[in-house]
Amino acid sequence: MRDTVEIRWHGRGGQGAKTAALLLADVAFKTGKYVQGFPEYGPERMGAPITAYNRISGNPITVHSNIYEPDYVVVVDESLLDSIDVTKGLNPKGAVIINSTRSKEEIEEHLHGYQGAVYTVDAKAISMKALGKNYPNSPMLAATVAVSKIMEREEFLAEMKASFQHKFAKKPEVIDGNMMALELAFEAAV
Amino acid sequence: MAVRERLSGNEAVAYAIKQVNPDVMPAFPITPSTEIPQYVANYIANGEIDTEFIHVESEHSAMSATIGASAAGARAITATSSCGMALMWEELYVAASNRLPIVLALVNRALSGPININADHSDSMGARDSGWIQIYAESNQEVYDNFIQAFPIAEDKRVHLPVMVCQDGFITSHGVENILLVEDDKVKRFVGAYEPEHYLLNETERMALGPYAVSNYYMETKRAQREAMINAREVILETASRFEEMTGRKYGFFEEYQMEDAEYAVVIIGSAAGTCKAAIEEIRATTGKKVGLIKIRVFRPFPEEEIAKALSKVKAVAILDRSEMFAATSGPLGAEVRAAMYQAHSTAEVVNYFYGLGGRDITVSDFKSVYDNLETIARTHVVTGMYEYIGLRSTQSEEV
Repeated sequence: MRDTVEIRWHGRGGQGAKTAALLLADVAFKTGKYVQGFPEYGPERMGAPITAYNRISGNPITVHSNIYEPDYVVVVDESLLDSIDVTKGLNPKGAVIINSTRSKEEIEEHLHGYQGAVYTVDAKAISMKALGKNYPNSPMLAATVAVSKIMEREEFLAEMKASFQHKFAKKPEVIDGNMMALELAFEAAV
Repeated sequence: MAVRERLSGNEAVAYAIKQVNPDVMPAFPITPSTEIPQYVANYIANGEIDTEFIHVESEHSAMSATIGASAAGARAITATSSCGMALMWEELYVAASNRLPIVLALVNRALSGPININADHSDSMGARDSGWIQIYAESNQEVYDNFIQAFPIAEDKRVHLPVMVCQDGFITSHGVENILLVEDDKVKRFVGAYEPEHYLLNETERMALGPYAVSNYYMETKRAQREAMINAREVILETASRFEEMTGRKYGFFEEYQMEDAEYAVVIIGSAAGTCKAAIEEIRATTGKKVGLIKIRVFRPFPEEEIAKALSKVKAVAILDRSEMFAATSGPLGAEVRAAMYQAHSTAEVVNYFYGLGGRDITVSDFKSVYDNLETIARTHVVTGMYEYIGLRSTQSEEV
């Protein structure tokens, strides 16, 4: 079991947490891993809290439950810290990665005494700088790869570039901005 | 070489539909249906397949149009889920009794109310008496493989029955997993060209379909459907064996996992079987206890004798149901497995659980508790009731 890395994503409907989980599954798949990426659906509306999950392993994965004791937790919207115990069940040897302008020390007060590593990434500032728009999910994806070390930086960036080239074939001008967002977030999280 | 991919269960079924390229697909493509009709509509719009997609005004019309197309001689399919299938209800019986080899992609979700569209077997279990063959899947790989196998089973001249290919809502339908796809030309060869035996557009053979049948005829029709369902048993196994030759992946009526020496067994349908397998590996590695699993793949026809044989050496069995039938005793799987064991004079203790209703999660540790309970029951020979619940909150529970 323990060769499986388990990740839980917290976000709000419309912010792309589910998309980020599916992108992470995609990029890990391309590096030869067995993957799962799946959302937990509540009421389908913009702004409602949503949870998404990843399992990434060197071996086939058969478990089909949600994840209660993750190795990493990613919080795409820090306003969730007031209503959800995001570090519940989180492995103290793992980490929580939070999209926030606040310092690690300020955030820690809201984490119910979590003893493991805490990372804050200002995904909005990174996205505004790189893309001119607030798309927090790509920076959070890069920060998650940086912290979890699921794959090497260069491998990750190369795979992401290939998928952006495919995804944005008709508007290649946005590829550089997206790559910059990933690189900035990668630096910010290490 | 198989194609290594990662797809959701919905994408996997849509991809299989693309490879089969059926003649007609009527569907009502909004909630509670899934992305399957949407993906197929994309393939058609992009010119990748020439299936005729019929936009209908409801699921009742979707099944009616599928029946019409199939009766005319087309290879016809549809896809739905949950209350969408409930709206097809009377037409499901019409499809089966007219012996139309329709393939239905069903994503198993709860029926209202309360309103809920998460994983639950109420939709297909409610239709278990409609005369359709039912095949269930644990993973995205299995639902893809089952969908391809459904055509040769449905269209075999010994069978001529519709097939429902089921997968668990959200858990596999919207979850992305690794999958091995079969090459297009191999799928096409496996499924073959559809050559209907009797069909309405055949001008050399005049026939009526779906006429009124007075009591002189109705009972024989039902008997004929039953014969077809009996014939389906060998056709399902032959098709699985052909599929294994093509892919190396083995299928039967059910999968036996760690059953060779098992003393305690779980019987279950669908995606939770994978979670149970992880519990089995952990229990065997840490305690050496002999625990095993039977995962039902084919629920209609029901493999009664084979299941009883597979359970003949165990001390205690837990049968897990993901739907209610409000007999106030067993669930549908519980009742049928119990009947099979009774018929085989089994002396094993049996307990029936309800789990996962409306998408309630079931975990590795839930399965460990089930096996603990089986051990206690085998030792004490005391089973407290006909059924129990997994993961049910008490009415006083504070946690939501």
